[in-house]
Amino acid sequence: MEKQEEHHILSYKKLAMVLATLVVLTGITVGVSYVDLGFFNVPVALAIACIKVTFVLLFFMHLKYEGPVIYLSFISTVTFLIIMIGFTFFDVAFR
Amino acid sequence: MTETQSFYTISAPPGMHGIKAWLLTHDHKRLGLMYLAAVLFWFFVALFLGLMLRTELMSQGKTIMEPELYNSVFTLHGVIMVFLFVIPAIPAIFGNFLLPIQLGTDDVFFPRLNLFSWYLFMFGGLFALISLFWGEGFPDTGWTFYVPFSVEVDTNVGLTVTAAFILGMSSMLTGLNFVTTFHRKRHKDMGLMQIPLFTWSLYATAWVQILATPVISITFVLVILERFLSIGLFDPDKGGDPLLYQHLFWMYSHPAVYIMILPGMGVISEIIPVFSRKSIFGYKAIVWSSMGIAVAGSLVWAHHMYTSGMSDVSVFIFSLLTFLVAIPSAVKVFSWVATMYKGSIEMTPPLLLSLIFIYLFSVGGLTGLVLGAVGPDIHVHDTHFVVSHFHFVMFGGTGFAFFAALHFWWPKMFGIMYKFKYAYVGSILAGIGFLFHYVPMLILGMQGMPRRYYDYLPQYETGNFLAGIGAYIMCLGIVIMFVNLALSFRKRVVAPADPWGGTTLEWKVPSPPPVHNFIEDPILPDFPYDFSGITDSVTENTDERV
Repeated sequence: MEKQEEHHILSYKKLAMVLATLVVLTGITVGVSYVDLGFFNVPVALAIACIKVTFVLLFFMHLKYEGPVIYLSFISTVTFLIIMIGFTFFDVAFR
Repeated sequence: MTETQSFYTISAPPGMHGIKAWLLTHDHKRLGLMYLAAVLFWFFVALFLGLMLRTELMSQGKTIMEPELYNSVFTLHGVIMVFLFVIPAIPAIFGNFLLPIQLGTDDVFFPRLNLFSWYLFMFGGLFALISLFWGEGFPDTGWTFYVPFSVEVDTNVGLTVTAAFILGMSSMLTGLNFVTTFHRKRHKDMGLMQIPLFTWSLYATAWVQILATPVISITFVLVILERFLSIGLFDPDKGGDPLLYQHLFWMYSHPAVYIMILPGMGVISEIIPVFSRKSIFGYKAIVWSSMGIAVAGSLVWAHHMYTSGMSDVSVFIFSLLTFLVAIPSAVKVFSWVATMYKGSIEMTPPLLLSLIFIYLFSVGGLTGLVLGAVGPDIHVHDTHFVVSHFHFVMFGGTGFAFFAALHFWWPKMFGIMYKFKYAYVGSILAGIGFLFHYVPMLILGMQGMPRRYYDYLPQYETGNFLAGIGAYIMCLGIVIMFVNLALSFRKRVVAPADPWGGTTLEWKVPSPPPVHNFIEDPILPDFPYDFSGITDSVTENTDERV
């Protein structure tokens, strides 16, 4: 059996900092939506969203403090999603 | 072991009696048996419906039912068989019963969640039943619920896909429980390469259940939204795409084939070495092939869509990827055959059923390659060839593995033996009936007979008639098999803890096992398939006493 990871309790200060970061990034998303970046409109919005997701996963969902089994499980899930979406483009992009 | 100490007489949680001890149980073994009762009920309903379909097709024109009823019956047969029998059969019954024991622990990681999964399964089945008698009756869409028909038709599609949605949740939660138990509750001294292959196959399956099932759940929600709100997701007039539905449906439903077959392969990997009295050939290769099938099986969904109008690039790539799945599947088949080579083989009903599995699954796999290649697939797409192919895999494969598992672990689950003679008769009739039933369908498909058609041209009558005869022989064999098992309760010939000479942990505990599985900390062998200490033959233990 794999070793049990120790419980990790985050301080209020750290949680508040993450929350503040998320609020700021939300503000940036709203702000950027008023600027016409042409082709980059969607990629920039997605990039900001990805950064926010990373913060939520690492701190609110404690991924930063987990062991290799949880990392591997998470990576498998994301890989599956990438395959499902990515392989659909073999059809949609070449019709 | 006295009977008072078995899990039948001591409840978990303690202090409950009668029906309450079952309906509120946290015991994985009781839940396995509760799944067994429910799954067998659905199996026989769907088997009867299938037999009615083949009876209808035995002659041209109307034989026993009208076309509208025929459409509903083949849909009902498919939905029940797929969602209520083939997918849950081995993981929910034998997985629940055996996975914690094979891992050397007392229960699954989330026992209450396990009970909740069973209730979800029952509610899903109840919804399917209600949809039969509610509103416009059961859908006639086929189990695939393809749009635009499923969005436009008046029948009870909404309620039926809700049933499938609930059943999907049950499947996901079972998968989650197994993965967590595998990692977090395994015996502290059990390394990854000491885990029995049945448990490894359940682990690979559980990942597919967790990752793929949400896709079909979302898809079914979209169908319901389309029916009630006409959003236009699949409607080209509103900017939608009907092929999107097919992509989403097969993103789950092709991996679902591996949810069905992987646990069956795990069963065979347990049975073959026990009755060959020989260590399994290629243990690590089988472990990796299970994981390989889980991964590769998730990359090939669009091979169901070659004729649907998707791009040629996609057709080419998915055809190529499909051939990859054959490699890990073949690794397993060759390993089973190599295990038997120069083994000290003892024939028993579980072994006979396993051999039938290997033969039928091989035919199913090889006909799958015919369909994976684009050229022949376009010729036989949506014909009886396809029907025959997936029945060779799902029924010849998973179905016979289920029968084998039932005969293999019956003494462990109920603590009693059954008569070998009738088990052989039932198995042989089922196997021969299977071939008479499905080989004519392969030929009919090559001749061009479409699937799901109520009527056909005169040249297809002989093949359909022969297939109908085969269906009756097969069903007779299955009935004999189950009556024989049921009769074992009347004679109650007590089974020893290890009637077969097995080496995995479930054979080290009494039959039936005590409520917490192990009275003492189990002694783990370095390798789960070490038969060097097994000298008794099977017949000495069992056959003479039955």
